[in-house]
Amino acid sequence: MPPESLTCKECHTVYPLDASYVCERCFGPLEVTYASRADVEAAELRRRIQAGPHSIWRYRDFLPLTSPPPRDTLPAGWTPLLRADRLAERLGLREVWIKNDAANPTHSFKDRVVAVALARAKELGYHTIACASTGNLANAVAAHAAAAGLDSYVFIPSDLEEQKILATGVYGTTIVAVRGNYDDVNRLCTEVSGEREWAFVNINFRPYYAEGSKTIAYEIAEQLGWQVPDRIVGPIASGSQFTKIARGFEEWIEVGLLAGAVPTMNGAQAEGCSPVATAFAAGQDVCRPVKPDTIAKSLAIGNPADGPYALDLARRTGGGIDAVTDEEIKAGIRLLAETTGIFTETAGGVTTAVLAKLAERGDIDPGERVVAIITGEGLKTLDAVRGTFETVEIEPSYDAFEASVEARPAPAQPVAA
Amino acid sequence: MAIVVKIPTQLRAATGGASSASVEGGTVGEVLDALYEQFGELRERIADDGGLRRFVNVYIGGEDIRFLEGLETPVEDGDEVTILPAVAGG
Repeated sequence: MPPESLTCKECHTVYPLDASYVCERCFGPLEVTYASRADVEAAELRRRIQAGPHSIWRYRDFLPLTSPPPRDTLPAGWTPLLRADRLAERLGLREVWIKNDAANPTHSFKDRVVAVALARAKELGYHTIACASTGNLANAVAAHAAAAGLDSYVFIPSDLEEQKILATGVYGTTIVAVRGNYDDVNRLCTEVSGEREWAFVNINFRPYYAEGSKTIAYEIAEQLGWQVPDRIVGPIASGSQFTKIARGFEEWIEVGLLAGAVPTMNGAQAEGCSPVATAFAAGQDVCRPVKPDTIAKSLAIGNPADGPYALDLARRTGGGIDAVTDEEIKAGIRLLAETTGIFTETAGGVTTAVLAKLAERGDIDPGERVVAIITGEGLKTLDAVRGTFETVEIEPSYDAFEASVEARPAPAQPVAA
Repeated sequence: MAIVVKIPTQLRAATGGASSASVEGGTVGEVLDALYEQFGELRERIADDGGLRRFVNVYIGGEDIRFLEGLETPVEDGDEVTILPAVAGG
C-alpha cells in the first residue's frame, strides 16, 4: 500500500508526494493518501507486521515511504504499554494502561515522527533537516540527523528548559534560540522554509512527519492483543498527534485488523495554554490563539495548526478536551511516578492530571479500558519537581540514621489532581 | 502610505513570482483589498466571505493580527505585513 499522493484535507485537491504541506488553492493542510488496501487480506497484513522489526518500521505498510526504510535510523517506537493497576485503583477505575513513549531513543514520542520525516527527506534527496521545536523535537531532529549523517538546524524558544538544550547540543547540531515563544519560532521557520532547500520536519515535511504518530495507535492495538481500547487520554499541543492516533485506529478498523470503533478521545492541555480546550468548552469550531504561560513548555503552542480537527475528533467520539493548572500538572507527575514508577515530563503531568479529573468527574465508566499517552521523560523538566519533597541529610552514623530517618513521620499521601 | 506585504512561496504563482508587494491602505483589511486589486487570483486563495480562510495567518511586524484588531488593525507607513500558512508546527 504505497503512498499515492498528498491531498488537501479541506478542498481535496491532489498533489504529488513532494516537500509541500499547504494547498495552493485554499491554504488547507495536505495529508498523505495511500493506494487502496481493499484487496489485501488482514491476515497477510498482520503476518507482515509481526515479521517486522521491533520499531515503527514494522508498520511500514501504513507509512509514507516509497522504498524500504533506511538502516541508519535510531530505532523509534515499540515502547512499553504498561498496565497501571495502582494508578487505576487510586482513581477508582478498573483498567488503566500507560503507553510510555519516554522509552524512545531521545525520550519522547518525537522520535517516531522524525524517523518518518527524515526517511522521506532522504528519499527526496535532502541533505539538511530542520525544525521549529518546543524542545523534544529539537532533541529528536539533532539525534536522528547525527545517526544519518545529515546536517541539522533546530529553532527553539530561547527560554527553553536547560536540560532540553543540553541534550540537543551534544549531537552537534546548530541550535538557533529565538527570542520569542514557540509561535514566533514557528512563524520564523515557516518563512525560512520557503527560502531554503531544507527539510523542515514539521513544516514542509509535515504531511509525512504527522503520519509517524499513527504508530502509537498501531502499537497500542497490537500490544492489547489486536484490540481497540475504549478511551485514549493524550496531550494536545498542535493537535497533530491527537488526530493521528485516532487515524491509526481508523485505518486498522478499515482494513479489518481491528474490530470496533475509534476510541473515545480525550485531549489534555495546560490552562496556561489551552486554546483547544477553551474552544471545546465554548462550542467553537476554530481556536483563538493565545500567548502561552505554563510550565508545560512542550505543549506551549498558542496557535495550534490542527486545532479544528482535534475539536471535531473529540466531539465526534464523545470525548472532550480539558485543561489543568500548573499545580495539577505537578501533582499529575507525582501521581504517575508514585503509582507506576514512570517519571514523566510536564506534558505527561498534564495527561495524568486530566485523566484524574475525568475519573473524579465520573466521565469514565468504571468498566472502561483506558490508555493514557505519556509522551516524554521527566529528566527533561526537572524544575517541575524541584522542592516537592525533602531529603534527610545525616552524619554517617547508625545513631543519626535511627534518630533522623526512622523517627520521621510517615510521608503524607499526595492528593490526586 | 506604502505598506510592504510579504508573499509566501505557496502564493507566488498568483503574484507572477513576486515575493513581496507594496500597496496602500490604512488597515490590514484595506491592505489586503489593495493586494487583491493588484493580483486578482489571491482573493480566492486566501479570502473567505468577508474575512480570511481559517488556515491563513497574517502578521504585522511579527504579531498575529488576531492579537490586535484583526482586519481592522491600523497600519502605518513602513509597516510590514506577512501572510503565512497556518498549518505548520507541532
